[in-house]
Amino acid sequence: MDLDDTPEQAEHRAKVRAWLEQHKAEAPVLSGPGAITDEAEIISARRAWQGKLAEAGLAGVTWPKEYGGQGLGPIEQVVCNQELAKAGVPGILDAIGVGMLGPTIIAHGSEEQKARYLGPMLHGDEVWCQLFSEPAAGSDLAAVQTRARQDEDGSWRLSGQKVWTTNAQFSSYGLLLARTDPEQHKHKGLTMFIIPMDAPGVTVRGLRQISGEAEFNEVFLDDVKLEQDAVVGGIGNGWGTALTTLMFERVTIGLGGEGLGYNSVRFAKGIASDEHGRRDSEVRQQLGEIASELLAVRFTGYRTLTALQKGQIPGPEAGLAKVTIVNGAIKAGDLIADVLGPDALDEDSEWAYMISFLPGLKSAGGTEEILRNTIGERVLGLPPEPRLDKGIPFSELRSKEGAAA
Amino acid sequence: MNLALSDEQEFLREAARGTLSRFKTLEAAREALDDPQSRLPDLWPTAREAGWPGLLIDEAHGGAGLDVFDAMLVLGECGRVLAGVPLLGHLPATAILADAPRVAEYLPALASGERRAAYLPSQPPSDLDPRWSADPAGGSERSPLPTGSAPDANGEVKLSGGYAFVPDAPGANALVGVALVDGEPTGVVIMADADGVQVESVRRYDATRSLAHVTLKDAAATVLDAPVDSLASAWYLAQALIAAESLGSVETALEVSVAYAKERFTFGRAIGSYQAVKHSLTEVLRQLENGRSLLYYAGWSRNGAPSEFPLAASAARSVAGRALDHGARTMISVHGGIGATWEHDAPLYFRRAQLSRRLLGGTAAASDRVAGELIAQADAA
Repeated sequence: MDLDDTPEQAEHRAKVRAWLEQHKAEAPVLSGPGAITDEAEIISARRAWQGKLAEAGLAGVTWPKEYGGQGLGPIEQVVCNQELAKAGVPGILDAIGVGMLGPTIIAHGSEEQKARYLGPMLHGDEVWCQLFSEPAAGSDLAAVQTRARQDEDGSWRLSGQKVWTTNAQFSSYGLLLARTDPEQHKHKGLTMFIIPMDAPGVTVRGLRQISGEAEFNEVFLDDVKLEQDAVVGGIGNGWGTALTTLMFERVTIGLGGEGLGYNSVRFAKGIASDEHGRRDSEVRQQLGEIASELLAVRFTGYRTLTALQKGQIPGPEAGLAKVTIVNGAIKAGDLIADVLGPDALDEDSEWAYMISFLPGLKSAGGTEEILRNTIGERVLGLPPEPRLDKGIPFSELRSKEGAAA
Repeated sequence: MNLALSDEQEFLREAARGTLSRFKTLEAAREALDDPQSRLPDLWPTAREAGWPGLLIDEAHGGAGLDVFDAMLVLGECGRVLAGVPLLGHLPATAILADAPRVAEYLPALASGERRAAYLPSQPPSDLDPRWSADPAGGSERSPLPTGSAPDANGEVKLSGGYAFVPDAPGANALVGVALVDGEPTGVVIMADADGVQVESVRRYDATRSLAHVTLKDAAATVLDAPVDSLASAWYLAQALIAAESLGSVETALEVSVAYAKERFTFGRAIGSYQAVKHSLTEVLRQLENGRSLLYYAGWSRNGAPSEFPLAASAARSVAGRALDHGARTMISVHGGIGATWEHDAPLYFRRAQLSRRLLGGTAAASDRVAGELIAQADAA
């Protein structure tokens, strides 16, 4: 049992560290003195930085070499992330594209798609967004209603609405799940598409959250025309393709545990700044309980890495770490605000944004309830709940739902 | 990066499970509650055959020279079946003695299990309390450690004072802990049969747990040359071991509950299909997995990052103690009324949970220690 690098990993780390030492001055400054504040400038500076990281082999580490990656394992990617954090510089802008959508295209895309899209994605020249969730299809993702109809010439017409779309406002492309055959069962009539975000009929609208900021978007599709070659992974295979993306999402979350900055020492620091709070036994009790769970998640991450290193793919139980992080951070924010008082909620406080952000994060990447269902069924082997949608064509499902309500 | 069990560790765990399965530990636990005269199976000869007494003693002194994580695996297996193997007392005691070269001649008999030791729980100072302390026999105020004046030329000292709720002290040959000798925290070993030593067995809520109040009245003790870090480390080792033992019990509580949730039907459906039941069982799994990860942290840090061992072991204890409480309560509620009766094993796990959480300083103190360690880290950052 050890947390040490293998000789190969150590060599990789040294290389990454040496490059960062030489180039970290070129990284955009996002906080503190001299920070860029203009939104558009931030995006373009981060895109340029992503290009440099990709050029140096610090992005897309797990991608095959033929698509511009390094052909290395997830551990080497984690080493890169650790060194980036240590150097105090931002990582890539398009973590969703490079971490989840690119690998999906590598797994299911055509040779033409791989040749056309992967390079510019990796280098930050074209940012991507994930167009899966809809107002009525979140936890039950296979209920997507965005409709794609094929014309006689083989081209497609898409109409519908997507939501929770991170980065859509500056994305070039999106990976989009749409219903192509409503007469099939809900999981069968789905198809995955690549959609240019500047196509006529695409409208992106920011969605403001509790913090007041708009990190997500709504994306409206009004008779958007796509060519035949926009299909990824074959017509009717959209669900399988989406599952690949979600698997990479789990890997990303499993490895990125503390990347959100919800770590125990930071929270302890918040409490320790109050002379009374740091000595109060009730406060310490709560801090100790919260921090213990967050510490556990760090080592759960190492266990996940060990499994990946052995070629195993993280299962749904990785979702438990997300539940722990989110609920731990919620309790920590609450405790810190109790200790520091209303000042903790001021806009310039270190904690206000986190406190506002977390209630939404509870539902991100699958609600806590759906995660617990999945884990209960797949990990503990408990029987599923009876479903009303089994074996029924999607087109008939809506009326059945209406009757049950 | 390697945070998985080695083949040897898998084997150690499987062997422990196989060995303990030969005993009807749960039946014995129930009988022991009914009949104060009934005896729990003596598992020490079995432990000796398996080589567990010498787990933490090096091979040169007849031990297995293994690591705390290996010891935690064995304790986890004991916890699964509520087996009263007196390792929780013995192993931290041997860890102190292994760091005290002057008494190295004691080690071979302790490694073979020919003689048995018990650790006198001695809690190191914290950021808020500069004193060492012992568990009190009652109430919430910590007890001062026993004291003695300066040792004589042979390193002998007379100690007076007490340690309450000492795990596995009944029947132990040697008692090992910390006392204030001439005002300084000092490692000591006391022979249980020496004059002035009283080991009073206390049978409590969980009859599988062997405990005693140890009282010293001018009792002869030998001063150890173990460094003070080793004395503190023994406390955290005990925290890690009871955490591992608790998580073993959670494993059983979860497995039994899940099996029942699959076979018990209400309103035409298995109860495990209801979200209310499913989610409470995944909550037990979540706490169990967090606890397991912290056992790895504790196991790794004892040698890999010794300054973090207090944090890691305390965090493991904090999570494991709560996991066992929650796991035992869920075990009862999933089973419905029957889970709260003598017919079922659930009450035995519940009793184990409630007593375990109050021993060795208690789960709450472990959480407080986590906060203290992190506040110190935050101050230093």
